[in-house]
Amino acid sequence: MKRRDLLRALLGAPTLLACEGREPPPPLAVRMSGANHERGHRFVRDADDEGWADAPMERVPVVVVGGGPAGLSAGWWLARHGADFRLFELEDAVGGTSRSGESDVSAYPLGAHYLPMPGADAIELRALLTEMGVLDAEGQPSATATVREPDERVFYRGYWYPGLYPYAGASEHDLAQLARFERLLDHYAALRDGNGKRAFALPLARSSMDADLIALDRESAAAFLDRKGFTSPRLRWLCDYACRDDYGLALDDTSAWALLFYWVSRMEGPGSETAPILTWPDGNGALVAHLRAAVGSRARTGRVVSGVTPSDEGVELRTFDADGSQSRILAERCILAVPDFVRARLLPGSVEPSPYSSWLASNLHLSGRPDALGCEPAWDNVLYESRSLGYVSATHQRGRDFGPTVWTHYLPLLDDDARQALLDARPAGLADAVVSDVERAHPTLRADLERVELWRWGHAMVAPRPGFLEGGTRLARRSAVIGGRVHPAHTDVSGVALFEEAFFHGTRAAAEVLEAMREAPA
Amino acid sequence: MTSQPPDGAPEERAHVPAAVLYLTVFVVATSGLVYELLAGTLASYVLGDSVFQFSTTIGTYLFAMGIGSFLSRYVKEDVAERFLQIELGAALAGGLSAPILFLGFAYADVFAIVLYGMVVLIGILVGLEVPLLMRILKERLELSELVARVLTFDYIGALVGSVLFAVVLVPELGLNRTSLLFGMLNAVVALVGTRALRDLVSTRARNTIAGVAVIVLIGLGAAFAMADRLVIPAEQELYAETIVLVKQSPHQRIVLTQGRGGVQLFLDGNLQFAEVDEYRYHEALVHPAFAATPNPRRVLVLGGGDGLALREIFRHPSVEAVTMVELDAVMTELAATHASFRRLNRNAFADPRLTLVHDDAMVWLDEHDDERFDVIVVDFPDPRSFSLGKLYTGRFYALAARALTEDGTLVVQSTSPLYARRSFWCIDATIRAAGLHTVPFHATVPSFGEWGYVLAKARPFDPPEHLTLEDLRFLNDEALGHLFVFPNDMARPADPPPPNRLDDQRLVRLYEEEWSRL
Ligand SMILES: Cc1cc2nc3c(=O)[nH]c(=O)nc-3n(C[C@H](O)[C@H](O)[C@H](O)COP(=O)(O)OP(=O)(O)OC[C@H]3O[C@@H](n4cnc5c(N)ncnc54)[C@H](O)[C@@H]3O)c2cc1C
Repeated sequence: MKRRDLLRALLGAPTLLACEGREPPPPLAVRMSGANHERGHRFVRDADDEGWADAPMERVPVVVVGGGPAGLSAGWWLARHGADFRLFELEDAVGGTSRSGESDVSAYPLGAHYLPMPGADAIELRALLTEMGVLDAEGQPSATATVREPDERVFYRGYWYPGLYPYAGASEHDLAQLARFERLLDHYAALRDGNGKRAFALPLARSSMDADLIALDRESAAAFLDRKGFTSPRLRWLCDYACRDDYGLALDDTSAWALLFYWVSRMEGPGSETAPILTWPDGNGALVAHLRAAVGSRARTGRVVSGVTPSDEGVELRTFDADGSQSRILAERCILAVPDFVRARLLPGSVEPSPYSSWLASNLHLSGRPDALGCEPAWDNVLYESRSLGYVSATHQRGRDFGPTVWTHYLPLLDDDARQALLDARPAGLADAVVSDVERAHPTLRADLERVELWRWGHAMVAPRPGFLEGGTRLARRSAVIGGRVHPAHTDVSGVALFEEAFFHGTRAAAEVLEAMREAPA
Repeated sequence: MTSQPPDGAPEERAHVPAAVLYLTVFVVATSGLVYELLAGTLASYVLGDSVFQFSTTIGTYLFAMGIGSFLSRYVKEDVAERFLQIELGAALAGGLSAPILFLGFAYADVFAIVLYGMVVLIGILVGLEVPLLMRILKERLELSELVARVLTFDYIGALVGSVLFAVVLVPELGLNRTSLLFGMLNAVVALVGTRALRDLVSTRARNTIAGVAVIVLIGLGAAFAMADRLVIPAEQELYAETIVLVKQSPHQRIVLTQGRGGVQLFLDGNLQFAEVDEYRYHEALVHPAFAATPNPRRVLVLGGGDGLALREIFRHPSVEAVTMVELDAVMTELAATHASFRRLNRNAFADPRLTLVHDDAMVWLDEHDDERFDVIVVDFPDPRSFSLGKLYTGRFYALAARALTEDGTLVVQSTSPLYARRSFWCIDATIRAAGLHTVPFHATVPSFGEWGYVLAKARPFDPPEHLTLEDLRFLNDEALGHLFVFPNDMARPADPPPPNRLDDQRLVRLYEEEWSRL
C-alpha cells in the first residue's frame, strides 16, 4: 500500500496533506505484535479432533476460562472466599486487552490505561483498590495513583493548550453550547427512575432500564446531537473524541445512550466534576498484576479451552497446551470470561455475536523529549485534528519530566478502509503513519525516537452501536447461566469495554458460583 | 444563482482558472495561520505565560476575522479589485508583523497595544479575503459545492500552516524571515491575481496593483535578505546588565550578566542570584538548619546547581558527606568550571566530600529509600510550572521526610512571604500535611525582596537560638532570632490555603496569581 493511501485510510485526508511532501523518513526500528491468532484459531480447527476420549480427565470444582480482567476478578473473588479453582488463559500472559509491557525506562500499557476513581457505591472495586494500597483507610486515593496535574492537554492549531476542550478561539456560540450540553449532563446526573436507579451508572447493571432512557439507544450519538441542536464543531469534536476514546467508534456509529453513559456514569451528581482518574505507568496492567498475584499458581497460561459442555454430571472442558497436548477437566461450575466471538464457538447458539472495534496501540520508545510549542506536557496528550486519540506518557506518574520515556499512542480504526489498512500494511508503514500523526505536534520526534512497538488489537472492544442494549434485555440475556452450570462474565455481557464492567461481571459470576455450590455441595 | 459579471461575455468568464483561485485560498489560509502563530509566539516571549498569550491572540484574531467577513458585505462593486488590494494590505501588514513586533520588544509597556493592533488589522484583512474570494468564485460554481471546496482548502491551509510553522519555518528561517516570506506570498497572490482575474478588473487598476505588488515584493525581499541585521539583539533588551554568557541546556536557558554589582544568574529569565546580596540568601538557607541539627554529618542538597549553598555547607567542619541531586548537568558543569562561578562558590564542586547526581529530585528520593540525611537543603526555583510545582507537593515532602534522620532538619526555600504570602503559607501547610513540624522564617535579600524559608523536623521543635559558625557576613545569634518573627503583613493568614497536591497543584495557580499582581 502506498504511503499516502495508508496515511489517508488511518488518519484522514487533512492529516495526510499535512504530513505529506516532506522528505521520506528514515526507516524506524519497528516490532509488531498482537493477540495470538494461531493459538486462538486452533480450537476451531481441532474442535472435533479425535483423541479426546484418551485425554486425561481431572476433577476441579470451579474453572475460570479467560484471564482478562473479568476472569482474573472472578479468580480474585473465589480466592478471597477460599474456593478451589483453576484459571485457563490462551495467551502466555494474563491481562487480555489490559496487558502491559516493560522496558529499561518504564513499564507501559499495551491497551487499557486508566480507571476513573470508583464512586462510594462500588464497594467491591474499592475493596480491591484498598487492598492494592491505592485507597487509604479513609478511602482517599494515593498521590501516586491519582493522575498528576497537568492531566491532559490538547494540540489545536499548532499549539498545545491545557485541558481537553480547546477554549482558545472558541466563540460565544461554542461556549453557550458547551454550557447547554453540561446542563443536559447535569439533568441526567440528577435523574432517578421509579426504583431510585440512576439514569446512567457504573457498572451498567446499576443503570435504569426505563423505556424512555432506553429509547436513547435507538439513535446514534450524532443523530442525538442533531436533534438537540448541538451544532458547535468543538462540542461535536468533544463528543466524537469521547466515543473514540471509550468505544473506538465514531460519533455516527455510537449509541446515543453510550455517549451519555460515558460522562454521566462518572459524575457523583449534578454539577460535579467527573471522577478523578487513577493510572499507573503500566496502565491497567497494575490492576492485572495485583489480581494475578491473588490468583497465583491456580492460573495456567498458554492453555486454550476448546470445548465447554455442561451436562448433569458437570461441565466438561477440553483444553490444549501450547505444545498441543490435550486434557479434559470435569468441573462443577465454569465461569466463562471470554469474548462473545469465542463464546459463540465454545457454546454454539448461546449468544448472538457482538460487533467489535479495532485498535492500533503503539508504544514509542524515546531517548528524550521532543520539542513542542505550548503548555507543559501532560499525562494524556490529545490531538484535535486527528482520528487518533494522541498519546499518554508512561513516565508522567513517576514524576520523570525529562530524559527517556515511552509514549503510548492510540489509534481506533473507525471504518472499513482503516481496518483493511491495518491488515494489509507492513509494520514499517503503520509505524510511519503513527509517527507522522504525533510529529505534527512534535516536529523533532524522529530524532528522539528509538523504536516503535505496534500492538494490533483486532477484536479489541465490544462496540456499543445503536441498539446494543437490545431493548434493555442485553444484560439478562447475555449473563444468564448456560446449561445450569456455565456463568458468563466477560465485558461483552454488558456491551461496554471498561475495567469496571469486567470487574463487576467477574465478581458477580464468582458470587453466583459460590452461592450455587453452597446450596448444592458436591 | 449567477449574477452578471461587470464586463465580458460568459465564455470569457471560464478563463478564470479555478486551480489558481483554490491555490489562493490555500495560501491565504496558510499565511493567515502563520501570522497568528507568529503573533502568539512573540507575545509569549515578551509578555510571558505563553498559553494565555496564545489563547488571547487566537481569540482576538478569530474575532477580527469575524469583523473582516462582516465588513465584506459592504464591498458592493469591483469585488476582484478590492480583493487584490486587500491581498496587498495583508502582504504588508502580515509581512512586516514580526519585524515590527521585534522593534516593539524593547518597549514592553506599549508592546501589548502594538501586538493587538497588528493582530486585529491582519485578522480583519484575512477575514475579508475568503468571503470576497467566494463571491468571485460564485460565478463558476454551485453554492454548496463552492462552500465545501473553499472551506476544505481553508482548513487544509490552516493545518499545513501549523505544521510548517513548527517544523520548517521557525527552526529554518526564524520569526522575522517567516513573516517576510508569507508577506511575499501574499504579494505574489496579488500579482498573479492581476492576470488570473484580468477580465474582472479594469486595465488601469490592474496595472496599479501589479506595480504596487512588485514594489512590495522587492521591499519585503530586501528585508528578507537583510533579516539578520534587522534582528536587534532582543535578548539583551530584557536584561539591565551586559550579558556575558548564554547557555541553553535541555532544561532551561542560563544567562549570566555582569554589571556594577557583580554577576547575576538568570534561569529562564528569572533572577537566581545577584552577587551583591546572594550571601544573605544562602546563609539564611543553610545555617539555621544546621543550628537546628545536632552534629550534622550527612547532607543532601536538592537543586542548587550554582554551588552557592554548597559553599556555605562546606564551612561546617562536622560535614562528612554531601549528596547533591540537580537535574541540569549543564548548570553544574558551568558552576564547576566557569571562573565567575568558581570564585563565588569557592570551588565547591572540587570538594571530595561531594557526590553529584543528575536526576529529578523526586524520582531520586523515591528510588533511594535507604539513605538518611541529617540536613536536607531544598533549593528549587519557585513553583512557576507544574514540573517544578511537583517538588512542592505533599508527596514530595513525604519522600523528603523519609530521608531525614531522627533528629534531622529539612529546609525549604519557599518564595516570598510578602509578595506571595498565600503561596508561602501553602508551602508551609503542605510540609505539615506530610507529617512534619515546621518553623517558618524569612530574611531580607534586596535583589529578591523579602524572602521566605521553612524549617521542618519529624518532632515539634523551637526555633534555633545559636549558630554553630562565627564570622558570617549576614547572620549572628541576635539576627537569627529576628528571622523567626513575622510582621502582620507576612504572618500566617487566618484562613491558610490548603496543601498542594500532585493531582491538584493549586500552589502553581496561586503563585502565578500572586506574582502577576505585582
Ligand atoms: C486499546 C485499548 C485501550 C483500552 N483502554 C481502556 C481503559 O483505559 N480503561 C478501561 O477500563 N478499559 C479500556 N479498554 C478495555 C479493557 O481492556 C477491557 O475493558 C478489559 O480488558 C476487558 O476485560 P475482559 O476480561 O472482559 O476481556 P479481555 O481483556 O478481552 O480478556 C479475555 C481473555 O480471554 C482469553 N481467551 C480468549 N479465548 C480463550 C480461550 N479459548 N481459552 C482461554 N482463554 C481465552 C483472551 O486471551 C483474554 O486474555 C481498552 C481496550 C483497548 C483494546
